[in-house]
Amino acid sequence: MSRELLKGNVAIAEAALRAGMTAYFGYPITPQTELLEHLARRMPELGRTFLQAESEIAAINMVYGAACTGVRTMTSSSGPGISLMQEGMSYIAASDLPCVVVDVMRGGPGLGNILPSQGDYFQVTRSAGHGDYHPIVLAPASVQEAVDLTILAFDLADHYRHLVILAADGLIGQMMEPAELPPMRDLSDERPAYALTGAKGRAPRRIASFYLQAEAEEAYNLHIQARLARIRAAEQRSTEYFTEDAQLLVVGYGSAGRIALSAVQKLRAQGVPVGLFRPISLYPFPEVRLRQLAAQVSAILVVEMNAGQMLEDVRLTVAEHTPIHFYGRMGGAIPVPEEIENALLKLLPTEVLS
Amino acid sequence: MQHELIFAGFGGQGIMFAGQLLAYAAMDQGYHVTWIPSYGPEMRGGTAYCTVVISDQPIGSPVVKHPSIGMIFNAPSFDKFVPMLQPNGLLVYNQSLIPQSTTRDDLLILPVSATENAPAPQLTNMVMMGALLTVKPILTLDALKAALEAHIPAHRRHLLKDNFEALASGARLAEQVTV
Repeated sequence: MSRELLKGNVAIAEAALRAGMTAYFGYPITPQTELLEHLARRMPELGRTFLQAESEIAAINMVYGAACTGVRTMTSSSGPGISLMQEGMSYIAASDLPCVVVDVMRGGPGLGNILPSQGDYFQVTRSAGHGDYHPIVLAPASVQEAVDLTILAFDLADHYRHLVILAADGLIGQMMEPAELPPMRDLSDERPAYALTGAKGRAPRRIASFYLQAEAEEAYNLHIQARLARIRAAEQRSTEYFTEDAQLLVVGYGSAGRIALSAVQKLRAQGVPVGLFRPISLYPFPEVRLRQLAAQVSAILVVEMNAGQMLEDVRLTVAEHTPIHFYGRMGGAIPVPEEIENALLKLLPTEVLS
Repeated sequence: MQHELIFAGFGGQGIMFAGQLLAYAAMDQGYHVTWIPSYGPEMRGGTAYCTVVISDQPIGSPVVKHPSIGMIFNAPSFDKFVPMLQPNGLLVYNQSLIPQSTTRDDLLILPVSATENAPAPQLTNMVMMGALLTVKPILTLDALKAALEAHIPAHRRHLLKDNFEALASGARLAEQVTV
């Protein structure tokens, strides 16, 4: 395969097709609309289902229906639309159904604006919708990673029968970069054992998300928690740069992580012992590796395009053992490397500076 | 090696495409490259700009505060972006539509009468590209032509010759000017 120059939104859409997505339901919203636009053309070409719903609420419930039939299905939106999908996501999760939701995050809260943001971190990692669970959340920092993580999202969704959210920010959605797409996977005719396919000639199957008795609902909750424990043990993902001898550590994901890398590279060239830890899975948070690195460094700087949301996970992981500082921009403002450099320089003892 | 370019002008001047074409050419030459549009609340006839970063190393930030090269197509963009260019940067601007000048003396400045010398006004962007790569060959003109040929949509293929002509016109204009 050769590299192509792809916009993040288009890359995610095309990767989903190649992962075997059979049905897509969505509603336009900037900065993710090219994703929907690409699929509006490509899905009919491939004889698959594309449907622009009347709202995000309808779209997520169509995804719920398609997931019940055992096919790979997805929707995508941005903050305001993701808010509307909360109820549906909780129902899907509580029905043990696999599906992928893409959130190309924009400035908020409220209608906010259409510029890049990471303001939905809480919303996607804590519990997409009501109840007591976490989706798996993956955060790409390049167009290539958006492709790779889209494929992974479908595989993890099926493997765990769990909701997976691809949390990209508007910068990843709008940027063009060279990327390589995987070959188209063959669609399997075989449906999973839970799939509702018409009960003619076999016992009926049932998919539901309600348990009227406390004991039954609690037993179901324990089942979800056991699955989440398996996910936390097996699916923590991160990458790191210049960490071997780092005495200062930047922690950032997605675009903020990649922008921080420019700052880290520049300071490294000046001999400053700084490294970067970039979480790829936001849930499960890569706490095992971060805890190891935190023991090695004298201070941590968390960088986000929000007021400090992953910051809470870093605090939970590192506790009081290492001083934690924060640099964030909000509302669609994008930090430039110089700002991150300055935030890091403030943490340095003066003798390292000279 | 890293070049950070801003392309800025009116919507409809081929700003986005000029940036994308350079990005395709850079990719085809094996470089790392990013292209980002401005996509705020824009309107037809308003300003449009995009940023291209080309590097021989993986690119950290695709966001650039102080570009090393400005490709400026109209007067409002001149006022907005010329002050942001890096010291010792290169400014290529469309003199056909930009009457003003800058007091900065730390830039290489190439005025190009691009719209006047374009085979059609829609090819202003290609005249500017021809001028840019002549005065600063971050990629060769041939590499750009190859990218154009490889990536032009089928329904625009009949315009290839005019595009090549516009590139050559830009190259000639750049050769005449002492930067």
